Amino acid sequence: MTSIKTPSTERPTPPDSTPTAALHGGTNDLRALVLNNLRQSGIYVALVVIVALFAVLTDGVLLSPGNITNIVLQYSYILVLAIGMVILIIGGHIDLSVGSVVALTGAVSAVLVIQQGHPWWIGVVAALVVGVAVGAWHGFWVAYAGIPAFIVTLAGMLLFRGLTLRVLDNISLSPFPSEYQQVAAGFLNGLLGGEGFDAFTLLIGAIAVAGYAVSGFRTRVARIRYQQPVESFPLFVARVVLVGAVLMYFAWQLAHARGLPIVLIILAVLVLVYGLLTRRTVFGRQVYAIGGNLSAAALSGVKVRTVNFWMFVNMGFLAAVAGVIYSSRSNGAQPAAGNMFELDAIAAAFIGGAAVTGGVGTVVGAMVGGLIMAVMSNGMQLMGIDQSTQSVVKGLVLLVAVAFDVYNKRRAGTAR
Amino acid sequence: MDDTILEMRRITKTFPGVTALEDVTLAVRRGEIHAICGENGAGKSTLMKVLSGVYPSGSYDGEIFFDGKPMQFRGIRDSEANGIVIIHQELALVPYLSIAENIFLGNERRGRSGLIDWNFANAEAAKLLASVGLHENPVTPVIQLGVGKQQLVEIAKALSKKVRLLILDEPTAALNDIDSAHLLDLLRALKEQGITCIMISHKLNEITAIADSTTVIRDGRAVETLDMKSDDVSQQRIIRGMVGRDLDSFYPDRESSPGDEVLRIEDWTVRHPVQDRMVVEGVGLSVRAGEVVGIAGLMGAGRTELAMSVFGRSYGRDIRGRLFVHGREVQARTVAEAIDNGIAYVTEDRKRYGLNLIDDVRRNVSAAALDRLSRLGWVNGNEEIKVAETSRKEMNIRTPSVMAVVGKLSGGNQQKVVLSKWLFTDPDVLILDEPTRGIDVGAKYEIYTIINRLVAAGKAVIVISSELPELLGMCDRIYTLAAGRITGEMPVAEATQESLMELMTKDKELVG
Repeated sequence: MTSIKTPSTERPTPPDSTPTAALHGGTNDLRALVLNNLRQSGIYVALVVIVALFAVLTDGVLLSPGNITNIVLQYSYILVLAIGMVILIIGGHIDLSVGSVVALTGAVSAVLVIQQGHPWWIGVVAALVVGVAVGAWHGFWVAYAGIPAFIVTLAGMLLFRGLTLRVLDNISLSPFPSEYQQVAAGFLNGLLGGEGFDAFTLLIGAIAVAGYAVSGFRTRVARIRYQQPVESFPLFVARVVLVGAVLMYFAWQLAHARGLPIVLIILAVLVLVYGLLTRRTVFGRQVYAIGGNLSAAALSGVKVRTVNFWMFVNMGFLAAVAGVIYSSRSNGAQPAAGNMFELDAIAAAFIGGAAVTGGVGTVVGAMVGGLIMAVMSNGMQLMGIDQSTQSVVKGLVLLVAVAFDVYNKRRAGTAR
Repeated sequence: MDDTILEMRRITKTFPGVTALEDVTLAVRRGEIHAICGENGAGKSTLMKVLSGVYPSGSYDGEIFFDGKPMQFRGIRDSEANGIVIIHQELALVPYLSIAENIFLGNERRGRSGLIDWNFANAEAAKLLASVGLHENPVTPVIQLGVGKQQLVEIAKALSKKVRLLILDEPTAALNDIDSAHLLDLLRALKEQGITCIMISHKLNEITAIADSTTVIRDGRAVETLDMKSDDVSQQRIIRGMVGRDLDSFYPDRESSPGDEVLRIEDWTVRHPVQDRMVVEGVGLSVRAGEVVGIAGLMGAGRTELAMSVFGRSYGRDIRGRLFVHGREVQARTVAEAIDNGIAYVTEDRKRYGLNLIDDVRRNVSAAALDRLSRLGWVNGNEEIKVAETSRKEMNIRTPSVMAVVGKLSGGNQQKVVLSKWLFTDPDVLILDEPTRGIDVGAKYEIYTIINRLVAAGKAVIVISSELPELLGMCDRIYTLAAGRITGEMPVAEATQESLMELMTKDKELVG
């Protein structure tokens, strides 16, 4: 037909040159690489600096096996919430209700399992169903009634906190049966033995590193085949080695404490799935398109309402996952559970590079943002700094992170 | 007689990595209308920002003399205190404030108590409005005015600041012909009152009609200053200065051989989304394969509304009428359905409706047809890059990489990205709404060439344009639209600007 359109069915023709030939054309300048990705790399640098700072300030306690395990257990539910939150923020929305939804889903589960004696998994399924229903409720009002998410979820925050009190009859329920507690407090340990450490945890760590290296290499090969610029081979190896070393150190420390936390497996699966969902699927693309320019997305055939609706359903689902983890960890349901969780999740997304105006952000960024908050809280607790100071410091960090982002954007804007 | 009010000497302004202005010298005589023209990105707006203090003294090299005195403006307030006022292309009025509130914004008339004396302010505003020929109540909110009237409010605001040198950046870009003519008359009247005027414009016919002298800027340098009276300067002459070459024919030639009918609408009627009136009424038109059909109409005639209502009912309510694609009646109730039926619509305002400016070229190109790059919801990112690369080469999108952010490209290249996006949906009919608005002469020519390539490949193209010469140069057939109705249809051979304009203003009493 026309010379302009490109048939998508046509397979790529591999270039004649071998991959090694293309490698020499790769991006070799580390400094340029870092500067070009300042927005993204900035938060990694910040995380490293903060970890190093608190490791020194706490005489290494921060990085001790027991404490690393603690950080994972203590902040996992915030990270789960941050995944859903960053997707909403990319799409130009927000959810202020997730703390209340964490409480409600935990309460429903507790009533079924503790009060009525149903098996533990009934509680989990019921919590997830309630979470999805709450998400659908928000999604309906935002997507189909056209009410701003800020208002809808502010109402939801009150509404679902009220329902939590109603469900719990204003009292706390406790304790859960031991199977339910395993979700947040359980470990996989001793499956493969090991002297003073858990070999299974190390094996999982090694598999993760191998997976990272293989997928990185495959992406690289594909990019070369499509004649796209890639980082130079030594730089690629350096990156894999660095990430691999960090992962293995992390696994080593866990293996020397209580083994592999079940909640970490849940979190890792979620990060992997949602990382791919946002970057590689049509749905993910449409979320970015809506957040970047709503009108342009609509006029490009994106079904804006449907996408908005499912974003909120997804947030409800993840809030329920967080609700199950939190209720399991606290071994019960309390009327005030999950208070202010929404703020931690929102802070994680913004520290992780999401833009206030939508259209920008990554799941991995939000995880790093959440970890920055987690390490700071944990570090300050270890140092015995009181709650008031902790709050002040965290508030300032959030402000500085977003100010840095705005400054960066302005600089990029004037450099034209 | 040669009394110079403004002299900018050897202005050089650099941004990181780019020299926007290099050694520019500009002299403006007292009481003249001085036009500045040049391609997009030539440095016109930068020069005016230097003059008005948007870029403060010290951020550039060179000197500014106003009334013979050297000036060092640290900001807009400094330049305004000296009577230099700039009106930007994007008007800077607050929509929900009244005309009077806007006129005195930042310059409020305070009474003795320190509070604003609104009676005095409204009376003053009324006088200023009279002097610009705008008959509106000063307490009317600006949002209720059309763009043409808002422009007049801006000028009234400038007058309230005792303006001596008025700078207008593309003042008629968003105005229809009647409002434009009124504005040009007003500029002549201001000139009679001794106000000097610098006007940046793309519209060469306006420049030849109104300017006393014209400075042409190209690639950050002042190429030449033409005396419009003594030199008898033609539009061709100015274009030669702008692009540095003669455009022997502005519109590329094309063999016309229309085939079968591709799209037809019958009895198309659209109601305004909120107001109780018809925006499009009983419109019927058709376009054939390999044919370029133009729609001419003044602003408010319903051109964009017609196109958007056809494109998946993106505008209006109570849409009635029949839509045929290849002779078969189709329902296009959503944009996705319209795309599936082979219709593509390139929007009028590419920044607001066409592009995700914060995203890269690659994802913008694929945005309307991601399903062609994906299987079971998974996008093939490498294939996507390949598609974008192909577009970049074939459409000649000037960008270092398809990973470059679209917001940083020039207008012409952005438009090529939008076109690439729609071509990737493999449409049968393309509706192009003002496809060359706000882009420079060279890029316009490229867009025309692309359109010709499309019709040669058998596509049907509908062009909506405010520029009659563009329609006459590009189309096989032209419809005229006035007040939501088709008032005429003619082959291009029979059409002239005068005959089209006559049909476009046929229902003037209804439009007004």
